[in-house]
Amino acid sequence: MELVTIISAWLVPCFILIVLVTATIKKVPAYEVFVEGGKEGVKMAFSLLPFLVGMIVAITILRSSGALEAFIDLLGPILTTIGVPPDIIPLALVRPISGTAALGMTTELIHTYGPDSFIGRLASVMQGSTDTTLYILTIYFGAIGIKKMRYALKVGLLADLMGIIASIVIVSILF
Amino acid sequence: MVNIIWVSMAAIGIIYAMLNGTMDQVNEAIFSSASEAVTLSIGLISVLVFWLGIMKVAEKAGILAVLAKLFRPLIVKLFPEIPKDHPAIGYILSNVTANIFGLGNAATPMGIKAMEQMKQLSGSETASRSMITFLALNTSSLTIIPTTVIAIRMQYQSASPTEIVGATIMATLISTISAIIIDRMFYHRSKWGAS
Repeated sequence: MELVTIISAWLVPCFILIVLVTATIKKVPAYEVFVEGGKEGVKMAFSLLPFLVGMIVAITILRSSGALEAFIDLLGPILTTIGVPPDIIPLALVRPISGTAALGMTTELIHTYGPDSFIGRLASVMQGSTDTTLYILTIYFGAIGIKKMRYALKVGLLADLMGIIASIVIVSILF
Repeated sequence: MVNIIWVSMAAIGIIYAMLNGTMDQVNEAIFSSASEAVTLSIGLISVLVFWLGIMKVAEKAGILAVLAKLFRPLIVKLFPEIPKDHPAIGYILSNVTANIFGLGNAATPMGIKAMEQMKQLSGSETASRSMITFLALNTSSLTIIPTTVIAIRMQYQSASPTEIVGATIMATLISTISAIIIDRMFYHRSKWGAS
């Protein structure tokens, strides 16, 4: 773990060093190019803003109304019969939709059951092994103005499902 | 598709609140979450400006091209639509590398740049095959070291905060491979459907 922490800490500064030194050797006006690229970043952040506001507000409406919870309660019995532990179901369903909500749930599960319990480990693996599909879709397609996303969402959600199944199976076998 | 999903999330929420008597919470949540989203976007500015600046320097210095050359065989297999020496490949690789090391805030700007390059290639407002493959890679997560999760486990006094790393890598591997396979299946299905 210590080695990993060290590598993570060194990676970014070393990458920046290599980029800047290589640019200087190749006579690229590094500072001017940096500023030019940075300007794109400002534009991008502002063009993303309405996409994020729209998506996050809709998700929050769904969550705060209690509809998401009701939906989870409805699905709970079905999933329990196929071997999914009931306590993990809310996390599994929320993980692709909202990153902050999922992180909150993972923390809550680890707090309640303890980090070294089955549920605690499963929540940890689930949180780490898939990403927030809806957020990534919003950001990436929003930033470049994609209007028709075709089968992108289906692929993302099905991959999430596979990740969740894999997490349950692997944690059950390993621990 | 995204229109339907967006409207149904909001509409179902509001109608459910009518029946459930949670209208006050919904009312409050609308405006607090809108301001949360703005804070999130503003927070993205620093990351986007810094990384897009550095990556522009990297591109001009030829570093992205070197990266692209190194991993060309693998990327060409995954993204057959992208020409061999296209800058999109360099950005895809930077995004994947940043993701693997859990540098989420560096991965996003590079991912957007990669998408931008792919859009130039396709020249349309419809998602291209490469874009969806790239998206599938990102949503299935490529993280090897889940730093946030380890931090939470440490906070709650786990006897071994990192014991989940092996299981996470395996689960990530399975979800990523599935994402690629599912993506391929949908691509071929859409091709048959069109012809």
